Amino acid sequence: MSNLAMKSEEEMLEQFIERIEAGDKIEADDWMPEEYRIALIKLISMHGISEIMGALPEKEWVPKAPTLHRKLAIMAKVQDEMGHGQLLLRVAEDLLKPYGKTRSDIMQDLFNGDLKFHNVFHMDTKSWGDAGLIGWLVDGAAIITQTNMLGSSYGPYARALQRICAEEVFHAQHGEAIIMALAEGTEEQRTMVQEAINHWWESLLMFFGPASKETTGSSKQDITIKYKIRKKTNEQLRQDFFTKYIPRILSLGLKLPDPTMHYDEEKQMWIYQQPDWSEFKKIIKNQGPRSQARLNLRRTSYENNAWVRDALAATTN
Amino acid sequence: MSSGENVLSPEYKKALENLLFQLADDDFLISFRGSEWLGLAPHIEEDVASSSISQDTMGHAAMFYTLLEDLGAGKADDLAHLREAQDRRNSVLAERVNGEGYYMETPKYDWAYAVVRNFFYTQAKKVKMDSLRQSNYKPLAETAVKVNMELYYHLLHWKTWFIQLLNSTDEAKRRMNEAIELVMKDFGDVFSYGDEKTAIEQSGLIAGEDQLKEGWKSNMALPFECVAMKVPDIPEASAKNGRNGDHTEELASALTTLSEVYRLDPAAAW
Repeated sequence: MSNLAMKSEEEMLEQFIERIEAGDKIEADDWMPEEYRIALIKLISMHGISEIMGALPEKEWVPKAPTLHRKLAIMAKVQDEMGHGQLLLRVAEDLLKPYGKTRSDIMQDLFNGDLKFHNVFHMDTKSWGDAGLIGWLVDGAAIITQTNMLGSSYGPYARALQRICAEEVFHAQHGEAIIMALAEGTEEQRTMVQEAINHWWESLLMFFGPASKETTGSSKQDITIKYKIRKKTNEQLRQDFFTKYIPRILSLGLKLPDPTMHYDEEKQMWIYQQPDWSEFKKIIKNQGPRSQARLNLRRTSYENNAWVRDALAATTN
Repeated sequence: MSSGENVLSPEYKKALENLLFQLADDDFLISFRGSEWLGLAPHIEEDVASSSISQDTMGHAAMFYTLLEDLGAGKADDLAHLREAQDRRNSVLAERVNGEGYYMETPKYDWAYAVVRNFFYTQAKKVKMDSLRQSNYKPLAETAVKVNMELYYHLLHWKTWFIQLLNSTDEAKRRMNEAIELVMKDFGDVFSYGDEKTAIEQSGLIAGEDQLKEGWKSNMALPFECVAMKVPDIPEASAKNGRNGDHTEELASALTTLSEVYRLDPAAAW
């Protein structure tokens, strides 16, 4: 029997912590504490399913994209998001193996409400301006949260994120190009962008999650920081987002929906009005404006295509 | 005939434009139908693959509209978004809905129909592109070469689905056979040039209708053999011939959706 097998759980944990402290990457077949595995499963399956559910609000604008060029670009963009979903679900599936769970369990968890998807994707879209804004600021926010995990201690996730972040940069440019065309366009087009910013503002603040668990009753940030899955806190990320995007929003001649917002030189931080966190709690419980409609769309298409999965299973067996 | 615009005879140019509208509108509409499927395919891998195909197809439509723009027919975006149903030259097959329901609500699309329509359509497009590589209009011949490179993968993709589903469960076979019947009902104008038949066939732009139909049938022989079925007969073009601007209500509603934003202000930069 090898030394490794004789080690106690405590020693294994100690060695595991030493490894991640040293910047070593954990791989799918390595030993890992259950707390770590569960935190990763929650994080990565939520991330993966959010990419997939996130295709739905944008998808509403794919057939309607105004020009041939925009049609091509947004088709490519939403396809990338589905691709990210696929990549991430593969990472989650590996982690789920010891529990005997598969992708269909992930889907069932989504349908019965056990697996959440990101708050922004519960929102309704009203105009082409929203399609641009999702690309520009929602993907912009995603780049900030995902860059925060590029150095993740879990190797497969870190590698998936490298590719995802590279593509997200293109998405943000795609979104920015749409927004700039609108912001420099007609009165009607300018109104479209301003309304989109107003409409998405609270969702963007909520995007990074509550500053602490006192705000909403729970937060996973402490555990993910402890295991070096991520570096910065939710609030640090939100501040980074403001620093990057507030000047850009203003330079396009757009107004901030929060008139009190300002940078406090002394505290070295942005001061802003908190979004309604009770609304956030409702949204992530699938009680947002489009939560049920989108879940229903995914559920219906999943059931509607059950015969295809059965047919494929029959030919591969 | 040279490709120089200034030496095109009026008859040749008319036939060329008509053919280009047929090719452009076909790809534009079927790609639009593909984009409605986004997020709803049977599994995530397929969503990635088929949305990539729709995207390529939209790219092909854009190339054909650009050839029209180069001929002075108007701005490519206007041609794609502003022409009314009766001016469209796509086949009826390309405009058909994906199944029950509107994409913005909770549609119940039919994957069997998607597989059969896309496979049959893509094979038809392949036969046309193979012929167009020898087109006497050089810009079109060059475009056909580019389109063909991507078409190889599209065809392989849909053929794989077609054979797999028809060799699977009874339910899959039943659904696929129903879809074949439905698709073939609309197949009459796929190879039709409509009222421009004589002009197009005499132009040296592309092979005649009958030759293309034969090409389609001989290419379909093998996949149909793999599923122990006979290649269905291509019906004659019906009275409702998309090539002459005869369309279903399904086209009108598709056009409303796909041009909704552009029509807000076609003069604006989007």
